[in-house]
Amino acid sequence: MTLLQVRNLKTEFGAGTPAALTAVNDVSFDVSAGETLAIVGESGSGKSITALSILRLVPEPPGRITAGEVIFDGVNLLKLPEEEMRKVRGNRIAMIFQEPMTSLNPSLTIGLQIAEPVNLHKKLPWQQAFDKAKELLDRVRMPDSRARLSTHPHQFSGGMRQRIMIAMALACQPKLIIADEPTTALDVTVQAQILELLKELTRETGAALILITHDLGVVARYADRVCVMYGGKIIETAAARELYERPLHPYTRGLMHSIPRLDQPAGKRLVPIRGQPPNLAQLPTGCSFNPRCQEAVDRCRSEVPALVRASEGHLHACWMAPHAQ
Amino acid sequence: MPNKTILEVEALKVHFPVYGGFLQREVGSVKAVDGISFTVEQGETLGLVGESGCGKSTTGLAVLRMLPVTSGRIVFEGDDITKLSAGEMRPIRRRMQMVYQDPFGSLNPRMTVAEIIGEPLEVHRLHGARAERRDRISELMQMVGLRGDMVDRYPHQFSGGQRQRIGIARALAVEPRLLICDEPVSALDVSIQAQVVNLFQELQEKLGISSIFVAHDLAVVRHVSQRIAVMYLGTIVDITSRDDLYTSPTHPYTQALMGAIPVPNPVVEAQRAHATIQGEVPSAQRPPPGCRFHPRCPHAMPVCREQAPELKREGQTSVACHLYS
Repeated sequence: MTLLQVRNLKTEFGAGTPAALTAVNDVSFDVSAGETLAIVGESGSGKSITALSILRLVPEPPGRITAGEVIFDGVNLLKLPEEEMRKVRGNRIAMIFQEPMTSLNPSLTIGLQIAEPVNLHKKLPWQQAFDKAKELLDRVRMPDSRARLSTHPHQFSGGMRQRIMIAMALACQPKLIIADEPTTALDVTVQAQILELLKELTRETGAALILITHDLGVVARYADRVCVMYGGKIIETAAARELYERPLHPYTRGLMHSIPRLDQPAGKRLVPIRGQPPNLAQLPTGCSFNPRCQEAVDRCRSEVPALVRASEGHLHACWMAPHAQ
Repeated sequence: MPNKTILEVEALKVHFPVYGGFLQREVGSVKAVDGISFTVEQGETLGLVGESGCGKSTTGLAVLRMLPVTSGRIVFEGDDITKLSAGEMRPIRRRMQMVYQDPFGSLNPRMTVAEIIGEPLEVHRLHGARAERRDRISELMQMVGLRGDMVDRYPHQFSGGQRQRIGIARALAVEPRLLICDEPVSALDVSIQAQVVNLFQELQEKLGISSIFVAHDLAVVRHVSQRIAVMYLGTIVDITSRDDLYTSPTHPYTQALMGAIPVPNPVVEAQRAHATIQGEVPSAQRPPPGCRFHPRCPHAMPVCREQAPELKREGQTSVACHLYS
């Protein structure tokens, strides 16, 4: 069952100024109920802005969603009045941010911060909302949860703060959780704890997860399907296994060859992608990847490739890669 | 290659005093590095990995004598440099250079590339003649893959990866014998990281330079290092060759680290056990007694709580764990 349909989403920044850029350019993808979709890309690829656009959290100005549809549970979120949108955020769609330090309010107790969405969206009286907050802290395995309700964010480590963020996200039993680089600021052993917890809880609650990350290892371990973004566009999408076994876009292949891997003999030379990631304000004509691509031909420099089907569920935007007849 | 030890570190301790109370007396100390020993051989790269707060960066800085050493010995090319004065250190620093993590903060924004790379030559009075220095600078730029016509540009005109190349050229300018690299690629995007990692490997082979490569990313460290020392809370828990690290990690902490890092292959990931170790790294101000890892160790025995295990060498591997003694 399709839970979220993003269609031709376009988010622009600084329109009308010399620094105008399109951060998200004609992006379309679906998320099915209960699945984990990873959006992978390097900095500036548009992956975070895609997430913020779904929840209409793009700062406006300078940003603006200029085209497309975000259909969640049959309703186009981009057409909702702001008041209705507020009933969606934190309630039916929850977001977990990268920086647990800056996304928690330092002056409020964590009990209040977790209970707030429950009180607001589920209309539970505060006392019951606090009981619910305690329950949620237990679920994210916070030791001594009752006493923790009256403590403040600075009293916690980064990993514990991210557990609090997860508890907040789960508070209203959302159908969709968007996690934007949830473990990038954490150490690897803590990253593993947090991601395992997130996987377990989404499985238990049946929530779908959009996992935004730059880490191809994390994607391999947790994602069912993957979208690869480059220069504001999705350039390849496939089931996780299929993508790693048969990457079709030269950028995806380049990424796979760029990472040192623990499961392979060390010391072998990496094959980096030449050049620099593109400047979104001055994208090359044609395919954005063409200046860095070893396989580029004239057509790649003049015409923008559309996302085409290579096989069932496997799409790519490359003139040179094979596609289904 | 004859094995000649270029650096020998013995029982190194770096403690930082903590002041507190009404009179701001010294009330304790952070034991950032607490008695570590290792060697770096001629032409070898030693990797230093661990999670934040393990003391890996402190170790690098202490070897360069950029931090006060509490106790222990640092022997560089046969000379004990532990107690040398700042003036006596200056000629030594020509032979040991540092590459920093932050390609934005470590380059003076008011200096051109030529001035940045030329400064160490000036400080150490090398290549005195103007023309000669100019030649050396362009030679260095070529060596790290920067175009010669970029010589009069300022750091802000470069991308992160290029800035890191400038930092490497600056470190190589005085032909050091030992290079200490502190997280040199962690601020870079995956595709750029691979370019810089390859540059490191090329330079190692071409110049036969010895280095200490400090980073938190075990896959990257393993890729560039011949031997890897894993640190935990101010101590070295094991030192292994890069091949043994993946196939037969010895110390339980190293095993936990390896298990926590996802491999970018969904098929491999589906078969791997995802046992996560519990808890987080404790405070370095009050480290646990005995083995510092024992509160999180799945194999902890009574002796681990009382007695700190020594780093014992067996063949290519050294390990500090009671399981192996």
